[in-house]
Amino acid sequence: MSKRIDSFTHKRIHEIMALKRKSKQFKWQRKHLLGLRELSAEEIIYILDTAKGFEQISTRSVKKAPPLRGKVVVNLFFEDSTRTRNSFALAASRLSADVIEFTEKASSVSKGETLLDTARNLEAMGIDIVVIRHGAGGASKLLSRNINACVINAGDGFCEHPTQGLLDVYTIRKIKGTLEGLKIAIVGDIAHSRVARSDMWAMTKLGAEVIFVGPPTLMPTQLSRLPVSVSYSLDEVIEKVDVINMLRIQFERLGGNPFPSVREYSHYFGLTVERMKRAKPDIMVMHPGPINRGLEMESEVADGQNSVILEQVTNGLAVRMAVLFLVNQAAAQRH
Amino acid sequence: MKVILNSEQIEQILKDLAGRIISESPRELDIAVIGIRSRGEILAQRLSGRLTRQLGKDVPYGTLDITLYRDDLNSPQGTAQPQVRTTEIGFDVDDKIIILVDDVLYTGRSARAAMDALIDLGRPRAIKLAVLVDRVGREFPIQADYAGYKADAAPGELVQVFLSESDGKEEVVIE
Repeated sequence: MSKRIDSFTHKRIHEIMALKRKSKQFKWQRKHLLGLRELSAEEIIYILDTAKGFEQISTRSVKKAPPLRGKVVVNLFFEDSTRTRNSFALAASRLSADVIEFTEKASSVSKGETLLDTARNLEAMGIDIVVIRHGAGGASKLLSRNINACVINAGDGFCEHPTQGLLDVYTIRKIKGTLEGLKIAIVGDIAHSRVARSDMWAMTKLGAEVIFVGPPTLMPTQLSRLPVSVSYSLDEVIEKVDVINMLRIQFERLGGNPFPSVREYSHYFGLTVERMKRAKPDIMVMHPGPINRGLEMESEVADGQNSVILEQVTNGLAVRMAVLFLVNQAAAQRH
Repeated sequence: MKVILNSEQIEQILKDLAGRIISESPRELDIAVIGIRSRGEILAQRLSGRLTRQLGKDVPYGTLDITLYRDDLNSPQGTAQPQVRTTEIGFDVDDKIIILVDDVLYTGRSARAAMDALIDLGRPRAIKLAVLVDRVGREFPIQADYAGYKADAAPGELVQVFLSESDGKEEVVIE
């Protein structure tokens, strides 16, 4: 027997074997990913662990692997997107799937009807996975009940954006090791943010404490039903948190005047260099993009050493590959 | 259950495999050892230790996860749901003689998947297959270059390799 195995490698092999024993009991069974609210902590961790194996595909000489060879993925986006859409397209092609880009701007027909009509057309083309973004909450669920293909929610109304939530917790886990016991502030336009909701479900399920921060006009109703605490002052929480996720002010969704002026918003809720001086030295600064530089975050902070914004984008690719792979596996094993 | 190899026999086989690899590999070429998860990883690590000592030069080792290259991923016959794990190869495979290591060679399907996975990482000078147990029952035209024990197990039987690092004991059994 070799006596040359160092303790580090020994420990790692034990970890792998423990993981293997654990994963033998666990089986991924969802052919749709509609939201994180319905997932267990175990399911979320399974996706994150699976995503680790996909990271290296993007760094090696042939940036492609064959598990979705012969499958067709449709990007069905009823709302604009660059990051998510490209990330899904690239993730699908790195797994050797064929990708169809389906763009349909909102028509005068009611959204429900349009969606189901579109779904029937897609079915007729023989597709395997639909990635859908839609302005109406519940759109992906509606679709999943009406077609045989796998459905992945890429954002529905103000409800969920599950892959963003997953890539956020993946990024935090990669840097901090665990979410257990972390204090995380999600700052800004919570009311209109599906990212805030998916983040909240994923983060709290994995043991973090989430604080929603923003002006009362940008807070959702029925806050007491959610597993979060609320603060109306960024200055109150900035010193306490381990992670801060700055949401984009979504001008396109805002009606009325939720805050008196952009400058005033920025003064009270912007992440400035001044505020960063009071934060923990190892605070993680996140943003789902695209950034309104100078509004929710100063450029120096967005590009500063605490910022993980570009890592979020890179990790998003691995997480989306994992999700595409898993839903397809669940579908293959149901036949 | 029948024990076919004990701890001394396993060590002896690894010693023999290392000796044959050294005698058959041109001295001027670089060798690296890559194990197929999970037990191939442990065997690869042991082989790399032996080769490094005997050749007096670094013979690195790495780990290959072949899940994404399996041929039963989209097949309803695929029973177990395989978990994707990481491939960890911290060196360039280009122009090296890669000794691909697995615990048991049986149908040849894992070796096929491993070769496809390896080629996506670069262009090795050669890929050689080394296994602890060579079991009858090939379904693909694949043979081991360096085979340890030749086992003639019946189709329903299971050849299981236990290694101290992962299983706390060191033996190969047929059950």
